[in-house]
Amino acid sequence: MSTTEVTLALAVFLASAVETVEALTIVLATGATRGWRSALEGSAAGVVLLSVLVGVVGVPLVRYVPIATLRVVIGALLLVLGLSWLRKAILRASGHRAPHDEDRIYADTVSRLDDPSGPSRGLASRRDALAFVISFKAVLLEGMEVVLIVLSLGASAHRLGLAAASAAAAVIIIGTAGALVARQLSAIPENVMKMAVGIMLTSFGLFWVAEGMGLRWPGSDLAVPVLIAGFVGVTGLAVAWMRSLVRPAPPGVAAALAEREGAVR
Amino acid sequence: MRYVQRAAVAFGRFWWDFLIGDTPELFVGTLLVVGAAALLRHDRLAGLTVVVLLTVVFLLASTYRGRASAARGAADGNGAGQV
Repeated sequence: MSTTEVTLALAVFLASAVETVEALTIVLATGATRGWRSALEGSAAGVVLLSVLVGVVGVPLVRYVPIATLRVVIGALLLVLGLSWLRKAILRASGHRAPHDEDRIYADTVSRLDDPSGPSRGLASRRDALAFVISFKAVLLEGMEVVLIVLSLGASAHRLGLAAASAAAAVIIIGTAGALVARQLSAIPENVMKMAVGIMLTSFGLFWVAEGMGLRWPGSDLAVPVLIAGFVGVTGLAVAWMRSLVRPAPPGVAAALAEREGAVR
Repeated sequence: MRYVQRAAVAFGRFWWDFLIGDTPELFVGTLLVVGAAALLRHDRLAGLTVVVLLTVVFLLASTYRGRASAARGAADGNGAGQV
């Protein structure tokens, strides 16, 4: 495998892992409160729909769209997505934005669904439309970004199969691990993973936008790891810079936040 | 018909959120990167330098802007910057 293929597989794997953690939190909460059967059926339906999307959209993309056009359009999409993930990860790492809290999302979902007067409570073996829809939507919404990443990276490098396999591997590994550790998903360093994916997507996006426009990078494919290393440096500096701008919250706000934290716990 | 309409709206909303959402500057920055690459495609060194610099500048500017939104969110009692 070339350097680009290894980086591509890693980027897709990490992106899929992050989104799987987010979807799994909701599926686990839904399964625990409304019954596993419908929650798992909803998740499976979401995964099937996403896989169909990859096949239906991805294969024609690779076969019929000129590679230069594909790289510019998809590179631009990757750049928007990568920069947005990176920005979010920098804000979280520097303390300007609350980290993604899987424990809180789990607790919120459970309290929303755990209605003692609800008709389906305790009926784990019966079908529950609400559990099905919530799990289906969670998988579909979180999975759409993965589909975009698989299609973008896979189509631009003409390695759709490799990208899809990396995403499937992440879903299986994280899904199995998540099911085993159940509510320990918050232990997964999601922000670090998100930052790594943001760096990789930004690097790939920039690489392909320039290549698609006819600007050849020195070293060809080797420019991707160099871009990644460069963005690691920029991200580190950005986190340090943003940390230096952190100001303590005013007393009223700090009290409100502390109260909110207490309510969540 | 209603279902098709709802699906179309949801599809449009997904792409709006995905491309623009609360970070329109990243969308504009990306368009500028694509435009710069097109304009400077015959001057490799200048082209590559400009696209890299533009990307870094827009990332830093957007992150700085995100800090301001996060601070506003906290002041409004919405938690630590749920931007």
